[in-house]
Amino acid sequence: MKKKVLSLLLCGVMVMGTLVGCGSSGSSDGGSSDGGSDSGDTITVGFSQVGAESDWRTANTASMKETFSEENGYTLIFDDAQQKQENQITAIRNFIQQEVDYIVLAPVTETGWDTVLQEAKDAGIPVIIVDRMVDVSDDSLYTAWVGSDFRAEGNKACEWLNAFAEAKGINAGDLNIVDIQGTIGASAQIGRSEGLNDAVKKYGWNLVAQQTGEFTQAKGQEVMESLLKQNDNINVVYCENDNEAFGAIDALEAAGYKVGDDIANGEVMVMSFDSTNAGLTDVLSGKITVNTECNPLHGPRVEEIIKKLQSGKDVDQLQYVDESIFAVDDTVTSIEAETSLGETSKYDVTVVTQDVIDGRAY
Amino acid sequence: MQRKMKVNGTVFLLFITIAMFALMYIAGMIIFADKGFAKPQMFLNLFISNAGLLVIACGLTLVMITGGIDISVGSVVALVCMVSADLMENKGFSAVQALLVALLIGIAFGVVQGYLVSYLEIQPFIVTLAGMFFGRGMTAIISTEMISIKNETFLAWANAKIYLPFGYTNKHGMLVKSYIYPTVVVAVLIVIMVAVLLKFTKFGRSLYAIGGNQQSAIMMGLNVKNAKMRAYVLDGFLAGLGGFLFCLNSCAGFVEQAKGLEMDAISAAVIGGTLLSGGVGTVVGTMFGVLIKGTIASLITTQGTLSSWWVRIALSALLCFFIVLQAIIGSTSKKNAKTGEIHKFTKRKKAA
Repeated sequence: MKKKVLSLLLCGVMVMGTLVGCGSSGSSDGGSSDGGSDSGDTITVGFSQVGAESDWRTANTASMKETFSEENGYTLIFDDAQQKQENQITAIRNFIQQEVDYIVLAPVTETGWDTVLQEAKDAGIPVIIVDRMVDVSDDSLYTAWVGSDFRAEGNKACEWLNAFAEAKGINAGDLNIVDIQGTIGASAQIGRSEGLNDAVKKYGWNLVAQQTGEFTQAKGQEVMESLLKQNDNINVVYCENDNEAFGAIDALEAAGYKVGDDIANGEVMVMSFDSTNAGLTDVLSGKITVNTECNPLHGPRVEEIIKKLQSGKDVDQLQYVDESIFAVDDTVTSIEAETSLGETSKYDVTVVTQDVIDGRAY
Repeated sequence: MQRKMKVNGTVFLLFITIAMFALMYIAGMIIFADKGFAKPQMFLNLFISNAGLLVIACGLTLVMITGGIDISVGSVVALVCMVSADLMENKGFSAVQALLVALLIGIAFGVVQGYLVSYLEIQPFIVTLAGMFFGRGMTAIISTEMISIKNETFLAWANAKIYLPFGYTNKHGMLVKSYIYPTVVVAVLIVIMVAVLLKFTKFGRSLYAIGGNQQSAIMMGLNVKNAKMRAYVLDGFLAGLGGFLFCLNSCAGFVEQAKGLEMDAISAAVIGGTLLSGGVGTVVGTMFGVLIKGTIASLITTQGTLSSWWVRIALSALLCFFIVLQAIIGSTSKKNAKTGEIHKFTKRKKAA
């Protein structure tokens, strides 16, 4: 009996230890920052993130943490939802009670936000959505959205391909393209596939096949293998993310093809999206010819919005992050492509060097 | 003698749970006073965010008291949300019809699983594991895409705030009244109803008897199979209802929803003093179990810099604490039970 009481006590101490542990670090934090209740010197931002499922996501979180640091005059309350929408809803309710100045939400799902965003609106807290869009019945429930323009990414890649073909004197009809698509229905897949489809119509390229590689390396390889068995004229592979490109390159090399940009001499060109570190390394080695960026560094753009709101200015509800395009050489130095907002902008093509790769955060 | 000890054990466990909750919450109120933790709305949010879980955990408490388990509830929730969303958005059903279908789905799960567990005497873990896979699978078959619910009646239910006669003044000098949603009222009513059912009805008492010792319950002339069956049906019904409440909170159907909810419900029941071996447990305790889980999450979110995985770690520490506590109480009451039986036996012998 004595032993049992002792073990009980030990367990109790352990639990208390955990609680006190949270508590003490909390109070010291509360002391150094002024919280939201004080006057206007620090701005409190509550950020509910999806999770930490990919490098892209980790870079996204790091960008937010870096931007909304105490040195920059912010208090960031960060909550990792572990991929669960219900956790995010709870976290937002918590932010509202803490009377944060701004709520930043990277939603797990697109739907199901009406109720809790209404609560935030009733409490007078502006909500900024990042990355995925939310599907709500009333658009005034969020102040702004910041994310990638997938359609523009598709357009940019295609404009680059067109400029490249012109520079090399390749006939549009001689470009035999296969499209390894992303997971069907994902917004990245829709935008990037649409960009290609429109360009195929516009320039008269030959689109041999379109098949989903589900954004994974294994599936990308499998799809590429079967496409190579069915067609022997493929000279451009349009992969909708880096992982698919890695799989496609493996399949091409295993089948005896040479991967590169010299289409006229039988090489197969691989185009990719995302521009992760590994993806750019493959650009450097020439395996991927062009890689269009999907920028996770949302922090600065969100801060820009918050600064505008602080000074009482209006902000555009839809805002895209700046994204560039990386290529193996300077055959094409700049391109002009249309964004989702219908504007045409000029983009400089960055030639990948080791310095470029080292200088990137992800 | 035996009875008295058992009641004392239950009361003691309940007391510890409530004390633990109060301690955590008051500590939170003191430490995070500047971060709004002391606001009444913060407390009400515990109920708002966990209304569905509360109802589901009540159902689980019922089957756990009989010595069973149900790990299918998370999948049932996902299925209910998906079916409701699909029916309202794509098939033109009204919100009331969707609610009825949701309850029917829950009952259907309860009937099938209950029959297999009580009449065919298959291990409840395996039966409900199959139910869990089936539910999640069916959800994906209906749609792997998210379905957003835009049905007007449904959204009116989901957004119907019930304002309470108190509140706080926010930093802009605006008076913000505290509120709850109808889901909270339903959940609290369910807790009260199940508590009454367990305490004051023959059915409720027979569940404790079965969980305490199934053999002696049979010998006492209880219809054990029937009572167990009813417990699972009721559990299924509550899972269906809880699923609908969950859906009112998220307003969407999605295949990944409520993953691991069954484990949250089980841990809430255990923290609330329900024994996995059966025979002991109260829904009031379970309610506090749910509130403790909510409070931990709330504390960690409010703190703002800790990884939210600490919620799990704190929960595991609490679970460990309560299991050890239960083991101690269990062993002492068993000792007492044994001496009590011997005492009775000798008494009877003397009488003979």
